[in-house]
Amino acid sequence: MKQYLSLFRIRFTNNLQYRAAAYAGVATQFFWGFMELLLYRAFYRSDSANFPMDFAQLSSYIWLQQAFLTLFMVWYLDSEIMQTITNGNIAYELSRPMDLYSMWFIKNISARLSRAFLRCVPVLLFAAFLPKPYSLSLPHDFPAFALFLITSVLALFTVVSFCMLVYISTFYTMSPIGIRVVASSLMEFLSGAIIPLPFLPDGIRRIVDLTPFASMQNLPLRIYSGNIAGAEMVRGILLQIFWLLTMLLIGRLWMKKTLKKVVIQGG
Amino acid sequence: MIELRNICKTFRVAKRNAGFGEALKALFRKEYTYVQALKNVSFSIGDGEMIGYIGPNGAGKSSTIKIMSGILTPDSGECVINGLTPWKNRKEHVRHIGVVFGQRSQLWWDVPVIDSFELIRDIYKVDGARYKRNLDELVAMLDLAEIVRTPARQLSLGQRMRCEIAASLLHDPAILFLDEPTIGLDAVSKIAVRTFIKRINKERKTTVILTTHDMQDIEALTERILLLGRGQILLDGSLSDLKKRISEYKTITLDYISGYFQETEGISLQSKIDGHAVFRIDTKMISVSDAISHLSRSADISDISVVGASAEEMVVSLYEEFKI
Repeated sequence: MKQYLSLFRIRFTNNLQYRAAAYAGVATQFFWGFMELLLYRAFYRSDSANFPMDFAQLSSYIWLQQAFLTLFMVWYLDSEIMQTITNGNIAYELSRPMDLYSMWFIKNISARLSRAFLRCVPVLLFAAFLPKPYSLSLPHDFPAFALFLITSVLALFTVVSFCMLVYISTFYTMSPIGIRVVASSLMEFLSGAIIPLPFLPDGIRRIVDLTPFASMQNLPLRIYSGNIAGAEMVRGILLQIFWLLTMLLIGRLWMKKTLKKVVIQGG
Repeated sequence: MIELRNICKTFRVAKRNAGFGEALKALFRKEYTYVQALKNVSFSIGDGEMIGYIGPNGAGKSSTIKIMSGILTPDSGECVINGLTPWKNRKEHVRHIGVVFGQRSQLWWDVPVIDSFELIRDIYKVDGARYKRNLDELVAMLDLAEIVRTPARQLSLGQRMRCEIAASLLHDPAILFLDEPTIGLDAVSKIAVRTFIKRINKERKTTVILTTHDMQDIEALTERILLLGRGQILLDGSLSDLKKRISEYKTITLDYISGYFQETEGISLQSKIDGHAVFRIDTKMISVSDAISHLSRSADISDISVVGASAEEMVVSLYEEFKI
């Protein structure tokens, strides 16, 4: 266990060095959040009754999304991991008495948390002090907040377990770009990063709700604002656990199979 | 104890001709050729030995190292290292080995080296006292005191390589694999690394397997060499055996002002450029003094030197002998 903690720590401190990137990130997230809110405001003005979330819920959704962007974005892949595969540095990782899947999993969690750690505080603080209904409101109630935290952790794990599949596929494709392009458009859309999933037409939404992507940011962010509750929420959480376990299992088996025929690139 | 029996490994290599058209064609149908990197490689290495594993580029040296360190699975053959098969019991096996890949880095780029060391300590579960003892010893032997608190990206190649070697010894491995540890280092750093490897082998009884293209490494370090060419073991013997085998040859290098050389029995011209000529003397046919007098009769010599076969030449002649 200690070895994983150490790995977590070194990845975390390694990332803390990139402060300029964090400042730039904070600025981008503010800007992006504002643009989205302005856009939605225009729609809501025409007829706010037609929308599946009320505007305050939407504001919270957007600000939390921006604050924790690096936790939940599917396209935030660890380029270092993919480089180790394509340039052969994976040789060193494989010469450690540790499980490669767990090593990469921990590194990813750590990288995402360290980025979020640097970015979330200014965004959250700022968003909390905006005038209503543009501000980040308090959580719907205490149970919602607790469940928000729990499902956030599960969502982070789900995202990473999905990314692990992308990493493993790099052994075969030798370039992550193809999958990355697909990930950054289709999967972002399916996970509710572009527009919240409740805004999708009913038929499509019902299908999307069943995919692993709906178990990512969609669930915790909607629980926070109380947009999803009761039986629907319980179903969402069960589905999230199901997808997490499924992808963990697929990833581990696939990794095991891949490592048997892995070729270390370059001399 | 390391034992390899009939290890074979084939790689599939994508091939296409040059040009845009060919590149387009390759999008639809890729052509592959199969390269047999290792053909029935067998050898055994005892505890505490120091082995020089040599051969030209592409001979299969690194592949063998990777198989022995558990990160590559061979197509067929057996390999047992201290009772374990590396690719089957990878996690258990790598606990007892240290690996240095000269062309890669195991240090975290942006954090001080000491952080990487501590991570390695935790990964291998080295207890505090042993870690401290090893660290102090390695820092002293490799002269790292000044640099362990510097981020790896700010170290020179020589400094980094010393740190890399220290990093692979923090957990007291029984076997140390060094894949071109002196590549790109200057003379001083090379000597420091060599002295250190020698000491580790002597004091800790660590088995060392070293691949290199640097013949001075081999001469300075190893008693036994394994020569690999085109995926096969061509020679397994001591350096002095090898030397005896080729020592009937001497090389005479000379600078001359004018003249014309004629080869005679026992003297063969190796190269001749701009008043500089190299001859190989077969001492079975002609004595060194006869050769010198023969040469000095043919030309006005300004400088002359006679050397026995160096390890480098021996390897070249072995390559020629085995046509690799």
